[in-house]
Amino acid sequence: MSDTIRGVLPAPQRELADPSLGEVVFDVDDLGVSYNGKPALKDVNLEIYKNFVTAFIGPSGCGKSTFIRCFNHMNALIPGAKIHGTIHYHGADLYGHEVDPVEVRKRIGMVFQKPNPFPKSIYDNAAFGPRVLGMTDDLDGRVERALEQAALWDEVKDRLKASALALSGGQQQRLCIARCLAVEPDVILMDEPASALDPIATTRIEDLMHELKNDYTIIVVTHNMQQAARVADMTAFFSVERGEEGQRTGILVEYDATPKIFTQPSDQRTEDYVTGRFG
Amino acid sequence: MSVTSLRAERPRGRVSSGLFKAFLLFSIGVGIVTLGTLLVTVVAKGYKYLDLVLLLEPPSADPQIAGARPAILATIYLGVLLIAFSVPIGVGTAVYLEEYANRDRWYNRLLEVNIQNLAAVPSIVYGILGLAFLVRGIGLGRVLLAGAMILTLVVLPTVIIAAREAIRAVPDSIRQAAYALGATKWQVVWRQVLPAATPGIATGSILALSRALGETAPLLLVGALTYVAFDPTILGDFTALPVQIFQWVARPQEDFRILAASGIIVLLLILLTLNAFAIWIRNRYQRKW
Amino acid sequence: MATQEVTASAVRLRATRRRWGEDVVKVVLALCALISILTTVGIVVSLFLPAIEFFRDVSLWDFLTGRTWAPLFEPSHFGVLPLVAGTILVSLCAALVCLPFGLGAAIYLSEYARSRERKILKPTLEVLAGIPTVVYGYFALTLISPLLQDLGIQEGVFSALSAALVMGVMLIPTVASLSEDAMSAVPRDLRDGAYALGSNRMQVSLRVVVPAAISGIIASFVLAISRAVGETMIVLIAAGGQPNWTFDPREAVQTMTAFIAATGQGDVPTGSLEYKTIFAVGATLFVMTLVMNLFSIRLVRKFREVYE
Repeated sequence: MSDTIRGVLPAPQRELADPSLGEVVFDVDDLGVSYNGKPALKDVNLEIYKNFVTAFIGPSGCGKSTFIRCFNHMNALIPGAKIHGTIHYHGADLYGHEVDPVEVRKRIGMVFQKPNPFPKSIYDNAAFGPRVLGMTDDLDGRVERALEQAALWDEVKDRLKASALALSGGQQQRLCIARCLAVEPDVILMDEPASALDPIATTRIEDLMHELKNDYTIIVVTHNMQQAARVADMTAFFSVERGEEGQRTGILVEYDATPKIFTQPSDQRTEDYVTGRFG
Repeated sequence: MSVTSLRAERPRGRVSSGLFKAFLLFSIGVGIVTLGTLLVTVVAKGYKYLDLVLLLEPPSADPQIAGARPAILATIYLGVLLIAFSVPIGVGTAVYLEEYANRDRWYNRLLEVNIQNLAAVPSIVYGILGLAFLVRGIGLGRVLLAGAMILTLVVLPTVIIAAREAIRAVPDSIRQAAYALGATKWQVVWRQVLPAATPGIATGSILALSRALGETAPLLLVGALTYVAFDPTILGDFTALPVQIFQWVARPQEDFRILAASGIIVLLLILLTLNAFAIWIRNRYQRKW
Repeated sequence: MATQEVTASAVRLRATRRRWGEDVVKVVLALCALISILTTVGIVVSLFLPAIEFFRDVSLWDFLTGRTWAPLFEPSHFGVLPLVAGTILVSLCAALVCLPFGLGAAIYLSEYARSRERKILKPTLEVLAGIPTVVYGYFALTLISPLLQDLGIQEGVFSALSAALVMGVMLIPTVASLSEDAMSAVPRDLRDGAYALGSNRMQVSLRVVVPAAISGIIASFVLAISRAVGETMIVLIAAGGQPNWTFDPREAVQTMTAFIAATGQGDVPTGSLEYKTIFAVGATLFVMTLVMNLFSIRLVRKFREVYE
C-alpha cells in the first residue's frame, strides 16, 4: 500500500497515533442498546483515548449514532431505550447507581448533525450552558473564550446581540460548538457535524477538530470516509448484522489506528467498506 | 383521421353541474349575507344611542339616560381575572401533558380525552356547576369572582389545546441541544420551550378570552343580575355586557331595543379589538420553524 | 481549556445536591392538570347528586315519558318530554340549515375556490362563529321573527323556527370548518385519478372526496347538532318561555337549556323540588351531549388516523 490512503488523499502528515500511549477516557464493555426490546447495537468493546479524535464510521443503520448517544445519556430521552453492558468514564461507571445525567453532560458535550442554535442572540446561545449550570462568574469572558476556540469570535464580536438564526449554516454550527465549549467539558461528541454543511464550512470544522483535540477528547460520527481519514487518530468501523428473523443489529467490526483501518484492515468487511465495494 | 370533438359534456351534465355549483355558492352566500345583514341592522339601529352616555352611565328604567357602565366595567374585570386564572393553569396543564406525562399511562390518556370532552360541554352546564358549588355550595354567593372562576373553566380546555399546539410546534432539536448542555427538564421548558411557544400561547389565549367575554348563559346562573346600577366589585353583585344586552333585548319597548343594539356594537368592538390583537401577535411574532 | 486532569477518584457523577426543585415542578404541573379532572367530577357530582335526590320524589318513568311540564302548578307535573321536544325541534330545524349549507360551503372552499378566494371567505365564515349568541338572539327576535310574522308563517312573537334558522346559520362555520379539514386531508392522488378519468368537479367532489372524508364530515355534523342542543341564549330570547309538546316549528317552545337558564336565574330556594328540576333537566342535557361528543371525538380520531 502506498502513502496515499486508498489513492484518495495523501496521508496526513502527523505522528502516527499510538494507542498504547494514550490515557483511557472511556472503557466500553459489552455494550448493547435496545429500543423496546429490539436490539439496535450489541457487543461493543473498545477504549477511547484522551486527546485523540476517534471516528465511528459505517453504513447507515449500523448504530453509530445510537452508540455515541450512550456517552452522554442522550438515549435516556428516548422512551423504551435500554442500555446493556457498561461504560466507564475515567474509571467511574457512567450508568451507575444514582448517576446524574446533568453531571455527565456537564463533562461530555455534544454537537448535532443539523446546526440547532437557540432562537436567541449569539451571546445568549453561548451563555446558555454556563447559566443553567450555575457557572455565571465572568460570563462575558467565558462567552468570548468559547467563541474564540470555535474560531467564530472575529466574525461575531461586533454583533453578539444579533440573532443566532441570522448566521450562515457553517457559522451556526461553529456557534453550536462554542456553546458546547462554554461549559468547559472534558469530551466533545460530534454526530455528523459537517454533513449539513458546504465543503468550505466542512473544512473549517475539520480544522477546528485538529485544534480542539489538544484540549479535549473528541468522538465524531461520520458517514464520510475521507473525513475520517483526514481528522481521526483512531477509527471504529461498525456494520450491520442480520438476525434469524431478519432484524438488523449494529456491531463493532474493527477498531484501530486510522491509517491501519484504511490501508491494512484486519477484517474483510472493513476492507470491503473502505474500498467502496459496499456501503 | 376524424377529429374528436373536445367540446364540453352533454347539456344534462352541464345543467346538474351548474345547479350544484349554484348551491355551493348559495351555501357560502347564506352565511355571508346573514353576517352582513346582522351587522348592518345592528349598527344602523344602535348608532343612535352610541355615545358617552352609554359608556359612562349606569342603567336605568328610563332609556334616555340609561348606560352600560357597570356592565362594561364588569366585563373588563372578568377579562382580567380570566387571563390571570386560565393562562397559568392552562399552560401548566399543557406543559405537563407535552413534556412530563408518559403517554402510555392510562391516566394521562384519560386526561386528554377528558379535556377534549370538556371543550364540547354546553356552557350552561358550567353555569349549573357554578350555581351548585360556588354560589350555593361553598356560599361564595352571586359575585363577580364566581363568574370569573366559572368562565375560566369554560375557557380552560381551549387554552390547553392552543398551548399544547404551540408547545408541540417547538422543534425537538432545540430541546435536545439544551439537554445536551446539561439543562434539567424544567430548565429546558422554562428557558427554551415556553419562550419559543409564547406567541402561539398568547394568540390562543386571547382568542379564547374573546369567546368567553361573549358568554351569557353561565353568568346568568351564577348570578349576574340583569339590573345592577352601581360599579361592580370582585366580591359584589355584578352583571356583564352580554347580560345587560340580554336584559335590554327582553324589554319590548323600541328604545330598549335600540339600547340593546348599541350595547351590541360596544361588545362587538371589544371582541374585534381582542381578535385583531391576537392576529397581530401571531403575524408579528410567530416563527416559521 | 479542558478541566484539570480528571482522575478516577476525582470524577463524581452523582448530583451535587438533590434536585428536589424538579419534583416540585412536576407536582405543581400535575395539579394544574388535575383541575380539568376535578371539573368533570364537579360537573357530574353537581348534576347527578341533586338529580338523584329529585328522582326520589318524582318517578323516573313519569319524568322521561310525561308530556306535561308544570312544576309549579297544583298538581305538579314533571314530564320532561315537552322540553326535550322543544330542544329536538329547534336542533333539527337548525340542522336542516347548517348541515347542507355547511357541507356546501366546505365543498366550495375545498374543491372549487381559488386560493385568493379562500383566504377571504374562510376567515369571513369564522367571524360568523365568533359572534356572541346573545347577538344572534337579538337578531332572531328583532328581525327574523317579525319577518316570519309578516310572511304569515309565525303567529306569535316567539317561535322555534325563528331561533332555529338563526342558530342554523351560526353553526354553518362549525360544519364547514371541520368538514373542510377532513376534505383537505384527502390525498391529491385520489382526485387526480378521478379527473384523469374524465370526471367533472361535481362528480369528483361528491363521489370521491366526500366519501373519503366521510368520518370527518359526520363528526362535524354530530358536533354541530350537539352545539345546537346545548345552545341557550338564542332560544331563551327568541323561541319562547312556555313548555309546549309539539312538532310544529311555527309554535313557541321552551328548550331544556332555556328552562334551566330561566329557573336558575331566579331566587329559587335551595333544596326545593323546583330547584332540583334544574339538575334533573341539566343531567338529561348533559347525557345527551356527552353521547354525541364522545361519538364525534371517536370519529375525528378515526379520520385523523387514516391520513396522518
